[in-house]
This record gives sequence, C-alpha cells and structure tokens, in this order.
Amino acid sequence: MSKIPYSQVTPQHIYANRRKFIQNAALAGLGLAGSAIAAKLDNVAKSPLSLKDEKLTPVDAVTGYNNFYEFGTSKDAPARNATNFKTNPWKLVIEGEVAKPKTYDLDSIMKLAPLEERIYRMRCVEAWSMVIPWIGFSLSEVIKRAEPTAKAKFVAFESYYDPRQMPQARYGGLPFPYIEGLRLDEAMHPLTLLCSGLYGETLPPQNGAPLRIVVPWKYGFKNIKSIVKIKLQEKQPNTTWALANNNEYGFYSNVNPGVDHPRWSQAKERRIGEFFKRDTLMFNGYGDQVAKLYAGMDLKKNY
Amino acid sequence: MVKALVFLLCLAPTAYLAWGLLYDGLGPNPIEYITRDTGDWTLRFLLISLLITPARRILAKPALIKYRRMLGLFAFYYAFLHFLTYIWLDRFFDVADTLKDIAKRPFITVGFASFVLLIPLAITSTAGWIRRLGGKRWALLHRAVYISVILGVIHYWWLVKSDIRLPLMYAVFAAILLGYRLYVSFRPARP
Repeated sequence: MSKIPYSQVTPQHIYANRRKFIQNAALAGLGLAGSAIAAKLDNVAKSPLSLKDEKLTPVDAVTGYNNFYEFGTSKDAPARNATNFKTNPWKLVIEGEVAKPKTYDLDSIMKLAPLEERIYRMRCVEAWSMVIPWIGFSLSEVIKRAEPTAKAKFVAFESYYDPRQMPQARYGGLPFPYIEGLRLDEAMHPLTLLCSGLYGETLPPQNGAPLRIVVPWKYGFKNIKSIVKIKLQEKQPNTTWALANNNEYGFYSNVNPGVDHPRWSQAKERRIGEFFKRDTLMFNGYGDQVAKLYAGMDLKKNY
Repeated sequence: MVKALVFLLCLAPTAYLAWGLLYDGLGPNPIEYITRDTGDWTLRFLLISLLITPARRILAKPALIKYRRMLGLFAFYYAFLHFLTYIWLDRFFDVADTLKDIAKRPFITVGFASFVLLIPLAITSTAGWIRRLGGKRWALLHRAVYISVILGVIHYWWLVKSDIRLPLMYAVFAAILLGYRLYVSFRPARP
C-alpha cells in the first residue's frame, strides 16, 4: 500500500482539499507566516448525522463569542488575541495503549477520510447554545488506525500550549496545557467529530484551529481545541476543568437538564440570537444515539 | 453646572447600553452583556460614592459632599437595572422560580441581599428623611452601604469561573475604602 503514490489512493475530492492546504501554506508564506487563514474547503459531503430543521447560529457569533482561555477569558478576547496563532506546520500525535502510534502532519490527517459537514447543537456549560455547521470526520477514523490495545479504556486529549503565543493564558486561572478526555466508546461514537472547519472554511484560530474535537451531547468545554496529542490509556484522565473545580465540572459532563451546575441551573439555555430561553434537552437532544452508552449508570453521580 | 455635567456622565453607561441595543453593538449575547455591564457599574458607583468621604478629607475639599447622594443613587439605579435584567430577561417574571433561585444559589443570595440593603438607603436619601431620622441615626443606617458593597464583591467573586482578576480588583478597592474608615475611627485622638 505504501508503494502507491497518494495521488492514486486518495479520492479526488480529498486530494483537492490537500492542494488547497498547500496553496494556503504558500499564501501564508507570503504574508502571514504560518498563521491560520481561512481557506475554503471544497467537496464537503452533507452528513446524515446533521440536524435537519434548526436554524444556524450566524457565523459572526460562532467566530466572535468564544471560550478559549489560552487567549483570554472574555468572550471576545480569543477572536482578538488569536489572530496570529501559528498553525502551520502542525503535528498531531496518537500514542499510549495503541499498537500503531503515529505522528501526523495536518496534510496527512486530512487524507484519512472524506470531509463531511455536520450541523450540531453546541451547549455551553454557561447555559447558552448555538447551532454550528462543523466540518470534519468521525474521530474513530484516526483511533481505529492506531489499533487500540485491550488496555485502552480512555482517551486523553491535549491542546497546544505556548505561553509566548498565548500570553493571556496566565490569567486564565487554569493549568495549561488544556486536557480533556472521553471514554473509548464515547470517542469511537460516530457523532464524535475530529473537526477542521466550520461554515465551509478551515477553523478560525479562536474556534480551535487547525484541529479540534466536537462531542455534541456534552457541554462545550469537552470540545477541546487546537489538539496536538491523543493518548489512549487505561486510567480516566484528569481533565482541566475537573482539576480546577471537581464538584462543578465532572469527567462526563453530559448535557443534562436534571443536574444543575452548583452555581446555576442547567434546565434552560439561551440560544444565541434568541430572546426567550428554551428548555435544555437531555444529552443535548442526542439521546437516541448516545443514551445506550450510559445504560445503568447514575448520571447524577457521574455528572 | 458641574453637577449637571456629572449627572449626565453617570447616565453615559445607560446611553451606551441603549445605543448598543438599538444598533446591535453589544455582541452576540446582548442580554449577558447588559447583565454584566449593569453589575459592573453598580460596583463602580458604590465604590465611587464611598470615595467621597476620604477624598473630602485628604484633598481638603469638603464641597465634594454635594455629589455623594447623587453617586449613591446612581449605584442604586444600576443595581435596580441589574436586578431588573435578572428577573425580566433571565427569569421572565416567574416569581416562584426566582425566589427558589435566590434561596438555592449562594452567589444570587448575596447579590440579592446587597441590592435589598440599598433600597432603604435610596428611600431615606432625601433631606426630609435625614430630618425625620436625625443625623446620627441616619448616618448609622447608611453604614449599611459598607455591607452592601462587601456582599456585592462576594457576589461577583462567586460568579466567575476561574479568572478572578476583576472581582479581586473590586475587593482591593473596597478594602482600601473601608479600611480607611476603620483607621479613622480607631486611630488615637490627636492631643
């Protein structure tokens, strides 16, 4: 397999994407040395996993109202402070309890599977929500190629961290690099997205360029941004917000209107752009697909 | 003349919010913006009104007293807007639900207490009430503002997720202004 050139094994549409990335890199070399500039992603397939009838949150809100504490703790800070974030070159390591650990560059990871647009709800733990057309493919595509061993029970993710590029991070009150985690079966669920774009383009830095995770039935902080490492392991990872405040941000953090955050209710949410609040749905409305992952579990205890 | 100017200046944050609401200038979540902004201005006006007494003495400008009532009333005004935003735009006037929320969540309990403490102070801010209560009792009652500002800072502190810089800043200013009063009341009398 390794003897066949990429141009022959790679489907045309992904090949085109790859060319786009190379063009992008060349452009970046001219002006914006390696920083993330939005490039259009072509040949993105529609996904049957997308929401059908929900109104998209305007792109200005999606890219201008962000929690990304490495770039500042106010909602408008990341869009301001992450403008020159260097995402090229980028490396993503997959390691730990796997038979085939591997280091990918951005170009090679983009070739693993065809890109899809996935329209998902996003529910922040702060009781606001959005509907976002993400682009990417199921994270399982990466994990299965690494061949998890029998010991692999959990997946830990690590964000990029560079205090020189992220001088605001020291005020965040969190230990960095940001760590998140999933149980292996959650990570392998088809809804769990390895995301490289939104609204038809590559991810803007404030949304977690160049690669992030999106788990639509969990609170937004589980959707780790700008990832550099995926580690499979036997033990449940210590996640950043749980380390900062364990009784407020549990490991599972499934969207659950019946389990309040200790300081505020999770029963309702404000969809960005709407005046009235709406009821929060169990598993953010993805119960049909994911409730079986938690059969028999006490979700009040495992918040 | 100057007083009218100060009055208009105190209204500027409201004008900014109104302008932002009309022209889409408060960002993607305007209700959150208004909630945060009115809370911020409440604390700022409480602290500015507490600055008058020390400023009069230290700068030897006793005439500053004429601004104190107005600044205190503006603190109450922004606290009222803050509370109104909460009960209207967050709770949609569901009183039973709001009472539960106030009782259940400590940061709301202290914030609400901070607001309620300001109500009698706003009511008794007139010259008529000073006369009726007598200067001494009136001054004693109005020390409730010290408790209100402490509760207001705690309210903010308990609200933030992990970045405590802003509540810390308010706490430091409050500590200096209240500490000054403690110092003045306990220092040995001059011979």
